[in-house]
Amino acid sequence: MINANLASPRQDLIYMLVFSAVILTMPLWLQPFGAAYPGLLQKFMIFGILAIGYNLLFGLTGYLSFGHAAFLGIGSYAAVWSFKLLSMNVIPAIIFGTVMSGLFAVVVGYVCLRRAGIYFAILTLAFAQMAYNLAYSVLTPITNGETGLQLSQQDPRILDRMFGIEATSSLPFPNLFGITSAGFYGFYICAAVMIIVFFIALRIFRSSFGLKLRAIKSNQTRMSYTGYNTRPFLMTTFVISGMYAGLAGSLMAVTDPLAGAERMQWTASGEVVLMTILGGAGTLIGPLLGAGIIKYFENIFSAFNENMLMDAFSFLPDWMAEGVAAFLGLFVGDGWHLTLGLVFMLIVIFLPGGMMEGLQRIWKLIRHGRHKRDHQSKSQQASAEEA
Amino acid sequence: MDAILLQIMNGLDKGGAYALIALGLTLVFGTLGVVNFAHGALFMLGAFVAVTLNKLLSLSVRVKDESVTMFDAYKETPYLELWFGDVGSQVINWSVPLSILIAIPLMLLIGVVMERGLIRHFYRRSHAEQILVTFGLAIVLQEILKLMFGANPIPQSTPDVISGSADLSMIFGIGETISYPWWRLIYLLFSLIVIGLVFSFLHFTTYGMVVRAGMADRETVELLGINIEKRFTIVFGIAAIVAGLAGVMYTPILPPDYHMGMEFLVISFVVVVVGGMGSLPGAVAAGFLLGLLHSFASMTAVKDIFPGIDQIIIYLVAVVILLTRPRGLLGRRGVMES
Repeated sequence: MINANLASPRQDLIYMLVFSAVILTMPLWLQPFGAAYPGLLQKFMIFGILAIGYNLLFGLTGYLSFGHAAFLGIGSYAAVWSFKLLSMNVIPAIIFGTVMSGLFAVVVGYVCLRRAGIYFAILTLAFAQMAYNLAYSVLTPITNGETGLQLSQQDPRILDRMFGIEATSSLPFPNLFGITSAGFYGFYICAAVMIIVFFIALRIFRSSFGLKLRAIKSNQTRMSYTGYNTRPFLMTTFVISGMYAGLAGSLMAVTDPLAGAERMQWTASGEVVLMTILGGAGTLIGPLLGAGIIKYFENIFSAFNENMLMDAFSFLPDWMAEGVAAFLGLFVGDGWHLTLGLVFMLIVIFLPGGMMEGLQRIWKLIRHGRHKRDHQSKSQQASAEEA
Repeated sequence: MDAILLQIMNGLDKGGAYALIALGLTLVFGTLGVVNFAHGALFMLGAFVAVTLNKLLSLSVRVKDESVTMFDAYKETPYLELWFGDVGSQVINWSVPLSILIAIPLMLLIGVVMERGLIRHFYRRSHAEQILVTFGLAIVLQEILKLMFGANPIPQSTPDVISGSADLSMIFGIGETISYPWWRLIYLLFSLIVIGLVFSFLHFTTYGMVVRAGMADRETVELLGINIEKRFTIVFGIAAIVAGLAGVMYTPILPPDYHMGMEFLVISFVVVVVGGMGSLPGAVAAGFLLGLLHSFASMTAVKDIFPGIDQIIIYLVAVVILLTRPRGLLGRRGVMES
């Protein structure tokens, strides 16, 4: 864990290099965990970006938004429209998706940021619900309602036509100058985006701008008394955070070119909050960790069934194995959400700082033997706040 | 004219449900200062009390069907019908109103356990953490119900005697016949009675007076030697009862499924915020107001002018109210204004 106050540019460079290496080698080191297939890796990246962006708002300023799913959905729709109208190239789609959700974030932020606390949460929720309901009803010409927005062969794709790229007989797939964005290529496109946006987040964390955001979180009144108008800072953060969500949404469309309104449901917003809290709000790497863990276990757990559990516990006597399998069966497969809810409650109750706090406590225990207590409680406190 | 009257009735009906849920939500916020995202789950639990009772009462056994003589035919007959004949089948028929009797003690118990077991530890934590932990609880509760009852809605029927429609024109003395389900009229009446009971409990009993004093100034009440925490626990139980009863009575109108709690929660929160956090009359007024607005926005005449307005009207009103009147319609000065 790098302490923000002490991190030099050199340390940050090393941090970024290590981070990039870890991200890019994910297909290798996730092999033993059975998670090294493209679909899941793409999800890690996409939801990681979403959580990092959400954390910029919630982790730094403490503003709890329940409407980020709307930005995700808008990013997806915009990207698919870019595929339909402009080109199957990934780059315009990503730009278009990010900009559109950024614009929406300007509108929503302008209204919602007038209030704080629970009112802010309700206002963002109201906007997200409006977007969701409209996507299903009046905006059907744009969103294609319940069917979801899909590509078709008759799409104009102006830019593609201009450069003489004609659609083949099959449905076209998004690509980066000819390299398809499916499978591992899709993962590497997402990973490249992830490294860029992680670097931006790192810069924000280290900047004086980031420090001001933390000041807003700890005491907004005092911040205003020192002569800062907090609104522009909040507004900038909200829009950046919305753009991150839009980026994640457009990457969803890049790896799988269709968009549906269910992405905008408020439970989807709840999921982002879950990821951020689970990993550790306000930490740089925590939300990424949270997103990865939730998506990983979602995949593993929902694939389990009782027969597999019976196999796993076959070393027990039969009657016992049956009982254990039946009990655990409640928590896997369809019951995955139950597990998620329970874990989430436990985290909020016992470990409000998320997994990063847990790791720090373990780190503390290890160091406890070497150093004297008074010396380290000070430095621990500092790193707990800043890491 | 009759279309408008029908919409008014529809709106009052929906408003009744919103008001009941929002009442409990704001009661908990006003007393305990806790933002309870699991309140919708309590509404859902109430609805499933009715479902469970109906299932228990109609536990059946296969008996030979005597009316068929050509071959051996069997039919499912509930035990109650076997044992008590017509009385038994009447009891099954009245299972939804009967559930009220069971729901009251059960919801009180659930509410008290929830408050003592979980919510109590979150008084001193931030609102964000309260929202998050109760949100987690809501997920857990709804998933448990999904495991127990499956994902499909389970329709409940009203007792035969009142399953028909009333003629509103008779009641209001207007010429044309306007038919309206009896059960919905009963629901409206029921919600008004429950709201009245809660208010009279708070205003006309000593217990309620102390609770109100505690809402206004908790410290002073504690200094007077009153164990206010115990009373607040009971208040949480009462809020749970109100939400549960709203759920029980709503089952014939909307077949309960496992995510009905979340759907109503979002709207009730909007209702509470529009009415003013912690204000009981505000919650009731805003509940009926938003119910009415929603049903008027659903009229085709209105939808022709503003397409899609019925989908967003509630949220739109919330946004406008929050921006123009920060503490809601009837909110007290200084309560959660920032």
